Amino acid sequence: MFTLRVNGETHSFDGDPSMPLLWYLRDELGLTGTKFGCGIAACGACTIHLEGDAVRACQTTVGDAAGKSVTTIEGLDPEGKHPVQRAWRAVNVPQCGYCQAGQIMQAVALLKQSPKPSDADIDEAMSGNICRCGTYQRIRVAIKQAAGA
Amino acid sequence: MTAHVQRHSDFVIQNVSRRGLLKGALATGGIVLCAQIPLGRASVAAGAPKFGADGMPHGTVNNPLAFVSIAPDGTVTIVCHRSEMGQGVRTGMPMIVADELEADWSRVKVAQATGDEMKYGNQDTDGSRSTRHFTRPMRECGAAARMMLEAAAAKRLGVDITEVEARNHEVILKSSGKALGYGELAVEASAMPVPASDKLRLKDPSRFRYIGKGGIDIVDGFNITTGRAVYGQDVRVPGMKYAVIARPPVMGGKVVSFDAAETMKVPGVEKVVEIPAPPSPFVFLPMGGVAVVAKNTWAAIKGREALHITWDEGAHASYDSKAFRSALEETAGKPGEVFRQEGDLDGAMAKAAKKVEAQYYIPHLAHATMEPPSATVRITDGKVECWTSVQSPQAAHDLLVKALEATPENVTVNVMLLGGGFGRKSKPDYVVEAGLVSKAMGGTPVKVVWTREDDLRNGFYHTVSVERLEAGLDATGKAMAWRHNSVAPTIMSTFKPDPKHEANWEAGMGLVDMPFDIANLRIENGEAQSHTRIGWFRSVSNISHAFAIQAFAGELAAAAGKDQKDYILDLIGPARILDVRAAAKDFWDYGENPDTYPIDTGRLRKLVELLAEKGEWGRKLPKGHGLGIAVHRSFVTYVAAIVEAAVDEKGNLTVPRVDVAIDCGPVVNPDRIRSQLEGACIMGLGVALKNEISFKGGKVQQANFDEYDMVRINEAPGETRVHIMPHEFNMPIGGVGEPGVPPIAPALINAIFAATGKRIRSLPVGNQLRA
Ligand code: FES
Ligand code: FES
Repeated sequence: MFTLRVNGETHSFDGDPSMPLLWYLRDELGLTGTKFGCGIAACGACTIHLEGDAVRACQTTVGDAAGKSVTTIEGLDPEGKHPVQRAWRAVNVPQCGYCQAGQIMQAVALLKQSPKPSDADIDEAMSGNICRCGTYQRIRVAIKQAAGA
Repeated sequence: MTAHVQRHSDFVIQNVSRRGLLKGALATGGIVLCAQIPLGRASVAAGAPKFGADGMPHGTVNNPLAFVSIAPDGTVTIVCHRSEMGQGVRTGMPMIVADELEADWSRVKVAQATGDEMKYGNQDTDGSRSTRHFTRPMRECGAAARMMLEAAAAKRLGVDITEVEARNHEVILKSSGKALGYGELAVEASAMPVPASDKLRLKDPSRFRYIGKGGIDIVDGFNITTGRAVYGQDVRVPGMKYAVIARPPVMGGKVVSFDAAETMKVPGVEKVVEIPAPPSPFVFLPMGGVAVVAKNTWAAIKGREALHITWDEGAHASYDSKAFRSALEETAGKPGEVFRQEGDLDGAMAKAAKKVEAQYYIPHLAHATMEPPSATVRITDGKVECWTSVQSPQAAHDLLVKALEATPENVTVNVMLLGGGFGRKSKPDYVVEAGLVSKAMGGTPVKVVWTREDDLRNGFYHTVSVERLEAGLDATGKAMAWRHNSVAPTIMSTFKPDPKHEANWEAGMGLVDMPFDIANLRIENGEAQSHTRIGWFRSVSNISHAFAIQAFAGELAAAAGKDQKDYILDLIGPARILDVRAAAKDFWDYGENPDTYPIDTGRLRKLVELLAEKGEWGRKLPKGHGLGIAVHRSFVTYVAAIVEAAVDEKGNLTVPRVDVAIDCGPVVNPDRIRSQLEGACIMGLGVALKNEISFKGGKVQQANFDEYDMVRINEAPGETRVHIMPHEFNMPIGGVGEPGVPPIAPALINAIFAATGKRIRSLPVGNQLRA
């Protein structure tokens, strides 16, 4: 039994610690904003923050998060006012939207590391996040906009 | 279709929050007054050919009582009856209604229809049809509601209806400027008779508020960016179990026996359920297999890994993509069934100054929707409720009725957001799976989750094809003779026992409707059999037909020593209405009336000219860069693309810029046209560069994105510029969701040739440019 913090709330967990955080968040906590796309760290749909760093929830176990703090899209800014969320809406980035929680979480982590990312920085940081609808051009624009460029 | 007419005018209380039971996805959750609706519309005279929306099951409905409700506080709720999969239909359809309704968009909410085509008209969201077929009925629906509000206001004020006018969410008394809000008129307006279709006053397009204007944000933007948007995979129903299914690895395979002892030891696993193999042809039925039901998805996945299943792999266990390709190539070299013929091909070929021939290969493709398929079903007291992401909720409904032996009124299909569709989600095998597993669990709500492996290995694949082209040029380089033999297993194999030729609607996608001005031509279709589930994939047969034709046009330009763009204009020939009905077996024209939606080579020409100008055709490029062009009409829309390719000495390819031009007739939501074309460009690049589903021993060889990778942001074009051909709002509307895909791959291949002198004839490009 251990605890972890998810979006500021403490949860105790006494199940199998090798359970992927993705399924714990989605099925047990009902936080379905974190999406399932591949389960093998190849698409980024499940991107969350663990202690502020972007990680793939499908390859992070609940045990890995023991005693740590997890932020999902629901906890990023419940009112949706984070500059990245605002920029995403201003540019109408989403098509189907399914990948976008992961994209946003990845972009937030990028901007924390490089507040004024270059085109190359953006392409590199975001290349693990697939968008099957092909919204990449707008993702680039939105990240720049969120960076205040 | 027969018209189903019922007349009621009683008021009922209706909860507008159709998604409210799930997560309060609609903020209002309000109770509003809305009338029970009369159903149906005038039926088309029996026997007359039906085109467009009239040719679709259940046609269209323009009754505002089906689509519009107004709350006392003035909130207007508009029902979207088509499925949202990223194309923007939940913004576009309600926006059209709101415009005619003179509603203030900021006070409009959107509700999603359940699957009920009697009430809403056709809901099968594919074929790039929503805007094309429903702009008119949605305008009529808004206009009728507006006229009912005006009638209510006139009655209340005791004036003639001509004395009042609806404007921006109010009805104004012209003489005094006195305004009555929509909210305060709603109840009385609902009691007004619905105006007859021929009495409707549609707005003059010059007075549109939203249609064609742009600047409208997508309605789900807030929910998507905050994680509140609910897709099929996200559905949660109290007491719900999770299931994953081990399906036959080869199409048509069957479970011989299985041992679930290890599975049942996995903590959280509750039950295993065998799903029977379907009879052939499989249509949209589940492929059978063994379902593992558990208390969460992870336990279900682990339980499935522990299953021991002995399969009878059935008749297709020898399917091998490499061998099949050789067989298709052999067929392509022989004469096929003639689908269109003009002039004297053989005579012209014999006289040609130069002959060019090429054979193209396009492999199977998987939709790989970002959201893998998923459906949840609960059965209580004979009532079946389903929550799922489907393009055709009526098809899902009807299949559930059959599979569960339920009565139609007792089955409800709630349509969630689709995390991508691309044609995959119009085939609701996964919905039936959820129904069968729930039934086996005594009606317990069960969510069937497809993993990515399931999605790639058990899909409905884009067909595989070999396209053989031959042309004869005269001494000036002009094409005098053209033979095309297209050989590809047909989608009809999913619906019929063993068909061998492309259906009219497959041949009609770019093959028989080929628009070039060539005096002597023969278009053929060789026989091919299918060994896997084949289904429509965004743009369908246009992908292979346009790839071959437009890449070959590039080859002819090179053979003639001409500029690609000039040569393509020569091939298109003079501006004319091309009627291929006499020469072609069946022209299809996307189900439209060819008189309303003819092949207009003038529009093709103008589009190429617009694109050449905006896309700066012929611009100076650095070494190793090249431009390629392609143009194709599909879904009664014209799209042309210029791709700039850059290839370094090591053969690494990048795409610095793409220009896409579209002529889809009048524009409804320009922002979503742009986004569809931006996205189609990425999907087209994926087809060109990376995507291939292959088979060995009847099994798909790719399991996940590590083996079937998507174009990623670092491979996306440096920039994509979209150019929309402007039109007045006075001509038929074309499709938008699909036509952007076909020109991308050939334009890229032509650009690679311009950059390197290398001709790619087999997709995907993969490593072919690497030394
Ligand atoms: S689901 Fe985790 S990276 Fe794809
Ligand atoms: S918006 Fe659909 S996958 Fe990215």
